[in-house]
Amino acid sequence: MTDFTPVSALVGGLLIGLSASLLLWLNGRIAGISGVLGGLLWPGSGDRAWRGWFLAGLVLGGGGYYLVTGVTAPIRLGFPVYLLLLAGFLTGFGSARANGCTSGHGVCGLARLSLRSLVATATLLIAAIATTYVVRHIVGVSS
Amino acid sequence: MSLSRSLLQGASSLAAGTVFGLGLAIAQMTDPNKVLSFLDITGHWDASLLFVLGAAVILSAATFHIILRKPSPRFDSRFHLPQSALIDARLVTGAAIFGMGWGIAGYCPGPALASLGFGNSELFWLLAALLLGMALQAWLDRVSYPKARLDST
Repeated sequence: MTDFTPVSALVGGLLIGLSASLLLWLNGRIAGISGVLGGLLWPGSGDRAWRGWFLAGLVLGGGGYYLVTGVTAPIRLGFPVYLLLLAGFLTGFGSARANGCTSGHGVCGLARLSLRSLVATATLLIAAIATTYVVRHIVGVSS
Repeated sequence: MSLSRSLLQGASSLAAGTVFGLGLAIAQMTDPNKVLSFLDITGHWDASLLFVLGAAVILSAATFHIILRKPSPRFDSRFHLPQSALIDARLVTGAAIFGMGWGIAGYCPGPALASLGFGNSELFWLLAALLLGMALQAWLDRVSYPKARLDST
């Protein structure tokens, strides 16, 4: 159970928007994490360098925040490994199939007023809400 | 591409990625329970994620509108934008499968990678499976459409 934190949510959201804006303004690229990652991994894309730097920054920013501020990093304990594996597989497969994830469709696609991304974002939100309900309240897994 | 241009692209990508990771951490999207508290609308609902998404979309919509009127980005000759506007079964099934995965553990790809930065061991399992899932779809594409090029966002 977590509490509603509107201020940090807005600040964090603005930084994500700033990041997407910088990447488009400077490099002409869309800050969709699954797309950036997919293009880094498969042969055929000759533009791996910027992808690698972007993802390195993502890890650096995510880790650096806790290092610099001393805020305790959110480490969940006891969540079943089989569910982590299932969740990872479905998010990887689904984002590759939909050509985008929460950031590619949800942030950048909506910002570009793409109907395709609006359909994707609505679909993934509904599926996620239904799945969380099943996992937490029917299967009974929560931590 | 000239050396100085590739250096500028690398540096700006690193900067943008760092700001993205910071944003996720500040918004606590690196905490899977925070994400699940948003997705669990029948529980003690936490609307924070909606504010994160809303702020990111509104700011980006405003800047994208200005940026995309320029002839080209600063450090590249053209914008690399997704070309597809297709709304088909592949998009909907992909998004639904993605959402199921997100709803199980509370991680989408951005927070999953950013959380590697503080050595969260959950992510070793999750990311290994995520790469496997991506590889399976890429393999299916190769088998079904040998010449198609993925137009990824």
